[in-house]
Amino acid sequence: MKRIITVSVVNQSGVLNRVTGLLMKRQFNIESITVGHTEQPQISKMTFVVNVEDEQKLEQLLKQLQKQVDVLKVNDITEKSIVVRELALVKVVAPPTVRAEINSIVEPFRAATIDTGKNVVTFQVTGNPEKIDAFIDLLKPYGIKDLTRTGVTAFVRETQKVHTPQLSIL
Amino acid sequence: MMKMTVEETEQLHEEPETSAAPQQLDGADVLIQTLKKHQVEVVFGYPGGAVLPIYDALHKNPIRHILARHEQGAIHAAEGYARVSGKVGVVIATSGPGATNVVTGIADAMMDSIPLVVFTGQVATTVIGTDAFQEADIIGITQPITKHNYQVKDVADLPRIINEAFHIASTGRPGPVVVDIPKNMATGIFIPTDETSYEVNLPGYQPTTTPNFLQIQKAALAISTAKQPLILAGAGILFSKASDQLVQLAEKYQIPVTNTLLGLGTIEGNHPLFIGMAGMHGTYTANMAIQTCDLLINVGARFDDRLTGNLAHFAPNAKVIHIDIDPAEIGKNVPTEIPIVADAKEALQALLDQNAPNGNTAAWLESLQINQREYPLFYEASEEKGLLPQQVVELIHEYTNGDAVVTTDVGQHQMWAAQYYKFNHPHNWVTSGGLGTMGFGFPAAIGAQLAKPEAKVVSIVGDAGFQMTLQELSLLQEMRIPVKIVILNNQALGMVRQWQETFHGERYSHSLIPVQPDFVKLAAAYDLKGYKIETFEDAKVQLKEALASDEPVLIDCRVVQKEKVYPMVVPGTALHEMIGVKPE
Ligand SMILES: Cc1ncc(C[n+]2csc(CCOP(=O)(O)OP(=O)(O)O)c2C)c(N)n1
Ligand SMILES: [Mg+2]
Repeated sequence: MKRIITVSVVNQSGVLNRVTGLLMKRQFNIESITVGHTEQPQISKMTFVVNVEDEQKLEQLLKQLQKQVDVLKVNDITEKSIVVRELALVKVVAPPTVRAEINSIVEPFRAATIDTGKNVVTFQVTGNPEKIDAFIDLLKPYGIKDLTRTGVTAFVRETQKVHTPQLSIL
Repeated sequence: MMKMTVEETEQLHEEPETSAAPQQLDGADVLIQTLKKHQVEVVFGYPGGAVLPIYDALHKNPIRHILARHEQGAIHAAEGYARVSGKVGVVIATSGPGATNVVTGIADAMMDSIPLVVFTGQVATTVIGTDAFQEADIIGITQPITKHNYQVKDVADLPRIINEAFHIASTGRPGPVVVDIPKNMATGIFIPTDETSYEVNLPGYQPTTTPNFLQIQKAALAISTAKQPLILAGAGILFSKASDQLVQLAEKYQIPVTNTLLGLGTIEGNHPLFIGMAGMHGTYTANMAIQTCDLLINVGARFDDRLTGNLAHFAPNAKVIHIDIDPAEIGKNVPTEIPIVADAKEALQALLDQNAPNGNTAAWLESLQINQREYPLFYEASEEKGLLPQQVVELIHEYTNGDAVVTTDVGQHQMWAAQYYKFNHPHNWVTSGGLGTMGFGFPAAIGAQLAKPEAKVVSIVGDAGFQMTLQELSLLQEMRIPVKIVILNNQALGMVRQWQETFHGERYSHSLIPVQPDFVKLAAAYDLKGYKIETFEDAKVQLKEALASDEPVLIDCRVVQKEKVYPMVVPGTALHEMIGVKPE
């Protein structure tokens, strides 16, 4: 099952290494990872998307993360009401003959054109990963020259619908 | 007992304090001062380019330093010291090869939760990352095998980092901490400012030591209603010095106790409630008790695979209480009904304080006693067969009255020592469990002897493992450290040989080593008395004499090669399926 996990860490050199190394050592597959400063300069927040087999493995993952000296807080926010965002830059082959067509396709995605050349256009699109997948799928037939995705970052919404069950002893 | 010739040499090196003017301190001076603040009485190390400033500071401001002959020897000695003293073991190694030579010991300490602070030298920060001479990324290398590690990047951070390293190593679940010190951090002048902090500042590290009251109540209820309760006592009890509470709980509720390999000594080996070690080479009684108990109370053990056998069939009827200071151990391998995250002593004391009514375990204890009578540990001795390793361990036990500190290496001899040496006291058993590190036993004995100078320290080692770190014989020679080395010499990688006999069609691929050094002559080369013992009759005389000596000795016991460690839980099978439980 795919889980979204946020980890607040003390901003020490090597902390990113420790956390990703831990996931590797314990055989967890990281699908994506984003890191950045928070409102407090000495604290960074990481957002992971990981695939775990079952509840027991998930509990292990959360506890092992929590155990790291520089880790302040670990949250599995998958089942919370959350905002999930990812950004992608997509450079697509767009000769003048099809450019209008492409523009009309990307329009509903509210993608921004951030660079144009004679035969290529670069779009920036943000949204949840599914939206970005769809965006890429639609542009594929035109020929994608370059593509880069940031990975997911996420936020818990102010109002929560349901309460997620607490893991046994966390 | 020990003649501290080294102290004399140390005194020679000591120079009188001359100038009274306030001196500027460099990072290395601060390091040594901070070690003294932590009451470090001994450090184990080996100098080299990157740590020259630290050794210079040590020369000016001495702390007892044990110059091992290989960094691996230094770190295993520090582990032995930490295990027996309960204090933090301190190691110094130079950058590059010095640092990589301590990697095995760091991994070993991580697996067995031994508190160590390991200082490694590093090339100057100005050249880190340039493949400078003797540069190794020890932070990267040790990241997965340390509880935490640091590289010092500002001299002003040194005291805080060292304070944190000691704090992390010795609290919660103990473990090794590496502090990597670039050379220019050791030589750099320490200029404290208003910003300089000496205080431990670890907002993300707050181990829980006090048990949850509701869980304690639940556990107490479970204990008083259980018909067939069993305590599995692990090394967590040793770290929290909770042996008394363990025995009180067992006696109050009449609960039988089994040990993990590392937990031996937490309860007296001859205690009527003790049913022996559990696991791969545990007793039949202990393993069957696990399989049939209705309540399993794990105190400070981690349900390691050598203990549990096939997990799917482990303790099928038991409700599980697991007391551990590391929440990540609870539920990791075995589903747990009553999790108690706490220091073992606090949790056991809280359970005792509940003063719950006693259950009736008489029938259960009787059934275990029947098993103990029917399925005791056994070996078949005869004069033609020759000297058996089990006999040697039993004699060691007899001649030391169960009061010795025993260290072992890894292999068959380790299991025989665990099975046949019955400890009267906790903190006397030093062995490499989780990592199973050959070469551990002998240097660990040196550290153990330094921790307990008055104790009889016996290092039971295999002929192969001893040869991995025997260069430390120099330390016995130099300091007359009275360790008694007993080699259970089967001229083989015995444990490997046993597995090849049992699981690989008796194909002894690279496990027999008939060509050996003359260990008695080897001892003589290091100015130590050596014995070679080949028969039980000889053993009774010579082993007794050797163990009674106040000097270091080496005893080469030529034992039967084909002897196998039994009983055994074959990997992949469940505890109750163990083989070799009775003579054929
Ligand atoms: C460093 C290391 N290398 C290899 C092993 C695998 N191993 C486990 S026991 C053993 C044989 C040990 O032989 P010896 O020291 O003579 O002890 P014995 O089993 O004969 O008592 C080996 C090779 C190990 N545990 N550690
Ligand atoms: Mg051997």
